[in-house]
Amino acid sequence: MGRLKVLKSLIKDSLDTITHGSKKYHIWMAVLTLTMLIGMYCYSIQLDEGLSVTGMSDRVSWGLYISNFTFLVGVAAAAVMLVMPTYVLKDIDFKQAVLIGEGLAVAALIMCLAFVIADMGGPSVLWHMIPGIGVFNFPNSMLTWDVLVLNGYLFLNISIPFYILFKHYQGKDANPKIYIPGAILSVFWAVGIHLVTAFLYQGLQAKPFWNTALLGPRFLASAFAAGPALIILILAIIRTFTAFKVEDKTIKKIALVVTVAAQINLIMLISELFKEFYAPTHHSESAYYLYFGLDGKTALLPWIWTAITLNVLATVILTFHKLRNNLKVLYFACFILFIAIWIEKGFGLIVPGFIPGPYGKIAEYTPTGIEIGVTIGIWALGAFVFTILAKTAIGIETKKLRYKK
Amino acid sequence: MANTKKWFSLNLRNNKTANNDSCGCGKTSGGCGSSENLHHMSDVDFDAAVDASIADETPKDGFGQVFDVQMDRRSAFKKLTASLLIGAGAVSTSCSVIADDDAKEKAEIDWEEQFKGNYKLMTDDEKNATVDRLVRSYQIRTGKTISMSSKNAEEDVLFGYAFNISKCQGYMDCVNACIEENNQDRNSEMQYIRIHEMKDGKGLNFGEADDNYYHEVPAEGHFYMGTQCFHCDNPPCVEVCPVQATWREEDGLVVVDYDWCVGCRYCMAACPYDGRRFNWSKPEVPEKEVNHNQHYLGNRLRKKGVMEKCTFCVQRSRAGQNPACVEACPTGARIFGNLLDPESTIRWVLENKKVFRLKEDLGTEPKFWYFMD
Repeated sequence: MGRLKVLKSLIKDSLDTITHGSKKYHIWMAVLTLTMLIGMYCYSIQLDEGLSVTGMSDRVSWGLYISNFTFLVGVAAAAVMLVMPTYVLKDIDFKQAVLIGEGLAVAALIMCLAFVIADMGGPSVLWHMIPGIGVFNFPNSMLTWDVLVLNGYLFLNISIPFYILFKHYQGKDANPKIYIPGAILSVFWAVGIHLVTAFLYQGLQAKPFWNTALLGPRFLASAFAAGPALIILILAIIRTFTAFKVEDKTIKKIALVVTVAAQINLIMLISELFKEFYAPTHHSESAYYLYFGLDGKTALLPWIWTAITLNVLATVILTFHKLRNNLKVLYFACFILFIAIWIEKGFGLIVPGFIPGPYGKIAEYTPTGIEIGVTIGIWALGAFVFTILAKTAIGIETKKLRYKK
Repeated sequence: MANTKKWFSLNLRNNKTANNDSCGCGKTSGGCGSSENLHHMSDVDFDAAVDASIADETPKDGFGQVFDVQMDRRSAFKKLTASLLIGAGAVSTSCSVIADDDAKEKAEIDWEEQFKGNYKLMTDDEKNATVDRLVRSYQIRTGKTISMSSKNAEEDVLFGYAFNISKCQGYMDCVNACIEENNQDRNSEMQYIRIHEMKDGKGLNFGEADDNYYHEVPAEGHFYMGTQCFHCDNPPCVEVCPVQATWREEDGLVVVDYDWCVGCRYCMAACPYDGRRFNWSKPEVPEKEVNHNQHYLGNRLRKKGVMEKCTFCVQRSRAGQNPACVEACPTGARIFGNLLDPESTIRWVLENKKVFRLKEDLGTEPKFWYFMD
């Protein structure tokens, strides 16, 4: 019964914390709420009219939603890059960052699930996918694997930080024997979620653009670049606006993770480009469309070249110690790297898979306003969830939030 | 009229054309100097034109909208009768015990349909029950009776299809027949079959082919090739479906349970043959064009947000008929039959012609062969 009382008090205290803050905090939350409401309105139109209000068609049947889903799985997986050194390698530098990273993973996973649901033609029969109640095509369909690993990962990333915070809230130390096995499991699990998501595309013989053994490893490399890059940016914001102490050492260590991942990612990109363009086959047409356009259809050209430029620039900046160790430059590099990978692994990956179509038909895809509205709304939802989680966690970690007996 | 057409047209815009013809200058009211058009009109068209001209006047509010309108005696009577009928209908619905039962029954059917299981896993009794519910639901909604079958695959039957590239002239009668037979959405002009117009001397070059042509056929220097769902024996679409809403039946047909599909479109991404179509919005079929001879897995009316595809007209093929496309083809380019029957035409074609299939390297084993004379 004692625990329930503590839980009740924790919920009350955290509600208190998240509803109080500076003026800037309130404006931030108000903007997010408004954006979410606009997103919900757009989604209500989509529910009413059907997916025809999006830019998707029989020719390009996945678009912005699935692109963002794919990218965000990577962001969620990246939390592992902080968990591993802290709990497994016992490098305490990361300890403050870990809770933030796991909070980010939770927010990213919620966004992932929201994007998948937004993409569904029949959200009202989604229960068909629940194992036990519906029919779960396991293990044949990679999508069922994805449902399992994503929800499992969500559970892990909620339960581990919750346990730690719950103990700290009572002024106790968390028992490593309880959370370390979970942390180690989540390390493997994170690799799993991203590999499984890559297999979702990689396993389709119908789409030569995706049907490459490099897709999985490339997903991991880009995720471990973009995810920690986002964490660096968030830590920078938290450092500026809250009492939460994040040492330079921590940020610089994460920057090293970003650097290595970005370098590996670039090597894989070069390998991919070489394969597609040195001896182009019929299967290279999607890559041709992406990088040079086909038949005068060039919608993705500005995007992908922006992405490649930013990607190379960021990797070069990160590679030089002098530049990387200058925090201002580091933040800039992280920002452009994040944008680059969002383009490259979002619609830069999904859309060209459908172009040209199975019989060579080239029909382009442009997202509609409603689609963009829903997408931005879901991003706002993620930011909202993250802000709430982070504010509570920071309150507990800075000892402001304590259980009063 | 449909038989004399040499190229494809959906024939959907007849109504619109009638309205547009009301006046040569494009205006729907006032004099425009082309009034002789009006004299040639049938009475129905005249009424439509009058209605249009009434509707086009400046907006009036409330009372004015209803009473302050110009109309001739005939349309006035028509409107009065219509409103009387609606009123009588409303009264009878609200007072009648039977109507209340109907509403109750409909709600019950909707509830049971929402929470029914996957058709693939149903027993024959459950299949009959859901079919009965769907027929009854349609009857309550429209007052029309349809016949819906839940006939299972027969033993010793494996359906296969052959397409004669030499014979096809691109008339697209198959496409039209398919749309009418299978109750496909008229709004989005959904078509299961695509006819690819290819240039002579370029081989089977799908990249340069045109699958959306609007000109007289056969076009000089071109040949034609149709594609649709190939009902693969090793279908990638079936593997990827997260809820087993699509599967391969015993007789080789790859089918979809429209009520079980969640609309994730993974099967569409997995199909190497562009065989699947998605209902991006609510599919519309004018009531008088609905084919009432239906099968649960085939041409019954679909809803928005679900996948559908060619079923080799399961409602016909399991009843011993050829699919609509085979029957409609004026050149005899399409051959359908039981692959397990040594006497069937399809077997003769496979044994005596040099047949091939598309993208055989993918290991999908389509049951759709191409050949030439």
